[in-house]
Amino acid sequence: MAKLKVALYWAASCGGCEISILDIGAKILDFVAGAEIVFWPCAMDFKYHHVEAMPDGSIDLTLFNGAIRTSENEYMAKLFRRKSKVLVAYGSCAYEGGIPGLANVTDREGIFKRVYDTTPSTKNPKGIRPQTKTKVPEGELRLPEFYDTVKTLAQTVDVDYFVPGCPPTGERTWEVLEAILGNNLPEKGSVVGAGQKTVCDECPRTKNEKKIKAFVRPHLVIPDPDVCLLEQGIFCAGFATRDGCGAQCIQVNMPCRGCYGPPPKVIDQGAKIVSALGSIIDAEEPEEINRILDQIPNPIGYFYRFGLPYSILRRRVIK
Amino acid sequence: MKRIGVFVCGCGINIAKTVDVKKVVEEIGHYPGVVYATDYQYMCSDPGQKMIQEAIEREHLDGIIVAACSPTLHEFTFRRASEAVGLNPYQCEIANIREQCSWVHQDKEIATAKAIKITKSIIEKERLNDSLSPISVFMTRRALVIGGGIAGIQAALDIADSGYEVILVEKEPSIGGHMAQLSETFPTLDCSQCILTPKMVEISHHPKIKLLAYSEVVNVGGYVGNFNVKILKKPRYVKEDLCNNCGECFKVCPVVVPNEFERGLGSRYAIYIPFPQAVPSICTIDADACLGLFPLACNKCKEVCEPNAVDYDMKPEIIEETVGAIVVATGYDLLPSEELKEYGNGRNPDIIDGLHFERLLSASGPTQGVIRRPSDGKVPKEVVFVQCAGSRDPEKHLPYCSKFCCMYTAKHALLYKHRVPDGQPYIFYIDVRTAGKGYEEFYHRVSEQEGVVYLRGKVSKIFQDGDGLMVWGVDTLTGKKVEITADMVVLATGAVPAEGSKKLFANLKLACDENGFLSEAHPKLRPVESLTPGFFLAGAAQGPRDIPETVAQAGGAASKVIGMFSQEMLLHDPIVAVVDENLCSGCKICISACPYDAREFDEEKNIVRVNELLCEGCGACVAACPSGATQQQNITDDQIREMVKVVLGE
Ligand SMILES: Cc1cc2nc3c(=O)[nH]c(=O)nc-3n(C[C@H](O)[C@H](O)[C@H](O)COP(=O)(O)OP(=O)(O)OC[C@H]3O[C@@H](n4cnc5c(N)ncnc54)[C@H](O)[C@@H]3O)c2cc1C
Repeated sequence: MAKLKVALYWAASCGGCEISILDIGAKILDFVAGAEIVFWPCAMDFKYHHVEAMPDGSIDLTLFNGAIRTSENEYMAKLFRRKSKVLVAYGSCAYEGGIPGLANVTDREGIFKRVYDTTPSTKNPKGIRPQTKTKVPEGELRLPEFYDTVKTLAQTVDVDYFVPGCPPTGERTWEVLEAILGNNLPEKGSVVGAGQKTVCDECPRTKNEKKIKAFVRPHLVIPDPDVCLLEQGIFCAGFATRDGCGAQCIQVNMPCRGCYGPPPKVIDQGAKIVSALGSIIDAEEPEEINRILDQIPNPIGYFYRFGLPYSILRRRVIK
Repeated sequence: MKRIGVFVCGCGINIAKTVDVKKVVEEIGHYPGVVYATDYQYMCSDPGQKMIQEAIEREHLDGIIVAACSPTLHEFTFRRASEAVGLNPYQCEIANIREQCSWVHQDKEIATAKAIKITKSIIEKERLNDSLSPISVFMTRRALVIGGGIAGIQAALDIADSGYEVILVEKEPSIGGHMAQLSETFPTLDCSQCILTPKMVEISHHPKIKLLAYSEVVNVGGYVGNFNVKILKKPRYVKEDLCNNCGECFKVCPVVVPNEFERGLGSRYAIYIPFPQAVPSICTIDADACLGLFPLACNKCKEVCEPNAVDYDMKPEIIEETVGAIVVATGYDLLPSEELKEYGNGRNPDIIDGLHFERLLSASGPTQGVIRRPSDGKVPKEVVFVQCAGSRDPEKHLPYCSKFCCMYTAKHALLYKHRVPDGQPYIFYIDVRTAGKGYEEFYHRVSEQEGVVYLRGKVSKIFQDGDGLMVWGVDTLTGKKVEITADMVVLATGAVPAEGSKKLFANLKLACDENGFLSEAHPKLRPVESLTPGFFLAGAAQGPRDIPETVAQAGGAASKVIGMFSQEMLLHDPIVAVVDENLCSGCKICISACPYDAREFDEEKNIVRVNELLCEGCGACVAACPSGATQQQNITDDQIREMVKVVLGE
């Protein structure tokens, strides 16, 4: 049997997803036995023109991680779409926009101003900003265009499968690769490498009825390791997050941050978190309710940490 | 795709005046899935319904939308009409283009566009509707009545007389409520006890009634048709089946305390019966007063008790019963005079309330019906009656009108005048409200023929002045300040929900108004039902009301119970929350959100289920469910999303 041609690519991401492939451990050997890697920026030396030169549809599988935030990301997304039979949005950023997607609370100008102007460590008296074209004696230098809005991969090109996680866990990744190697593919558009329930299903802590009188940030307390973190006032997104990760964070006393994205029936993870929390805050008076809510310092960062571009909100309105 | 029919009602001109009905029909007629659309002047009329039924059959419709008034009005009409021709009633939906559109707009163009959007959004909902059928529930045909005042007595008798068993729970040692304390009743002045006691006796002998006096409901579980009730029977320290109320024990009891029934104007012993005609006719030992209970310092009553009924070791008892319906008739209490600072703080013995005065008037009362003021027993010659003492005073006390005070104050003044012909009654009032049969005539008789002085105005202050009481007020008709030196003052203090009822209602999960009285399901159309199915309301627990109104309403509540019991099966609306077991992770957030205790955790499967018989379809758990595992039948997230899309024009 001919080996499957596999490509990996990173767009707007931290690189963790690329590395996470290695989390499958020794199984990487099984993987390379069945697959030929044709592109993997973090591990192997291929150039874009190598991909451009391949015939359309010649790559069997591309695991694309990272969000779409620049013209380069967009170009590569379109390129890999054209060249690949199966395109997988791999990891939270490609699937939902991820942490880079939180930039959608502002826009390019807002980000540039901060990065090239107002951060305390920046000294930029001439107000130099990145340009897409710069003339130098040697010729013209080009930089990709930085977009106002971060998009998900599926908001840019047609995507076959989605693997959530920041990053996806090794076990789940291996399941996905195994399915692909065995040509055992689910329905197009499915979320793979994850469950149908929520992280609560995998969480070993005991759960009771919930009534919350105060929220507390995790670094300020030593939580009881056996009781639901939310019941202890620590905001944990596990209840509104798809399972599959094995509740890893929770097992080391850290609350779920929601990286596996919304469960199957939920359209907007953040909105669901808001309505669920609203139902369990134990207060009658508006002032008391406000006081409790004020204990969550950054609601959008907490509730939409990995999915702002994917959510119904998508971004702050630009005037 | 479903074949959908749309029927647009003009509602005379109610809708047609502001909504271009023809245009709605035309636009909707082109909407995907709509195979038939038409309009009519009155869809709810017989010809209108017929038109819908014919179209359902002719066009083989799978779903219909009636664009008309609020679903609270005619949803039932159209669903029944659909069902009659074989269309599942839950495939009939109402688009409210009247209350939510024509009535709130003037611009015809805007209103028409909105009516079209509303109708389209309901089409989107209907497209995803499932065919449902009501859930049948087995029921226990036995009723619980809480409160043994005239309301509870009447309701219990009416239900029992139609052959169903009743458990009547009264917290005091005897039933009778406040009516037992009254002397004579307006407007006919018949003796209160004389008309009440026959009913009390009937309760004690009725084969279908189980009376649990000196008892309280501590917990109600289950749901309409099948409530599990826990009743705490407080220890009387006297065996009910042995006591024959011979009265020998009173003669030897060394402890004398104020009698609550006489509102403290008379006294009783530690072993007592609140009043001679009490039902059940059994003695009770007041545990707080008795010396014999703890420690054993006295056992005189036990010694003289011939039938050997006294039992110092009696323990509280929990009785469990299953009932199908519950009538709540816990009545009212009077606003404590202690709260009326301007009227002496309840500390002056000669400033009394209406019920005190009833006891002074009563032939069986502490003064045998002679009007004597409490401080020194003197017959008062000048008596000031203050109406609205605490009522209609939103700033300081109760915002509402206590309803029966105008009439009982008129009655009091009249009866006083009959007992003390040379006495002078004055009545301070804000308004005199006498809307009842024969009430206005009664008031005229009192104010015109009986020498009672009515003064329109408020009393600002009452204080001790030598031997008498100084009453300061204003006569707002003459604009003059009035000062009266009175021998006694009677405050018509406002009525408040019965003591302890706040806790009870919260326990039963019954909705109350802002004043703590029980809320009815609909103030006009469902006045004796609670919003919680299976609960019915009777008497002053729902708001101050006099005896005729209480009795009528208690009869109404009883007939609702009887009506329910005479059905073969109870039917429960299938619009309930449902859980997808494959998606639920047992986080239990829904349990805290459910106001009806309808969420049950399944340990084995680690999921939370919905008890559909308890579920009222409020949707709180659907919103709360963070996994999306819970959906409301026929108003799922998917449906709402499609509806919103249409409304936003996506
Ligand atoms: C001074 C005065 C004079 C009046 N004169 C007249 C008149 O002349 N004519 C007229 O028509 N109306 C008159 N009324 C009004 C009359 O008293 C009421 O209409 C009537 O008593 C209402 O009956 P009820 O059964 O609803 O309430 P109630 O009489 O208050 O009876 C309620 C019963 O429920 C019991 N109960 C309360 N809580 C609980 C509980 N948690 N568990 C078990 N049992 C409980 C109470 O002990 C009581 O027995 C007068 C009222 C007052 C204050």
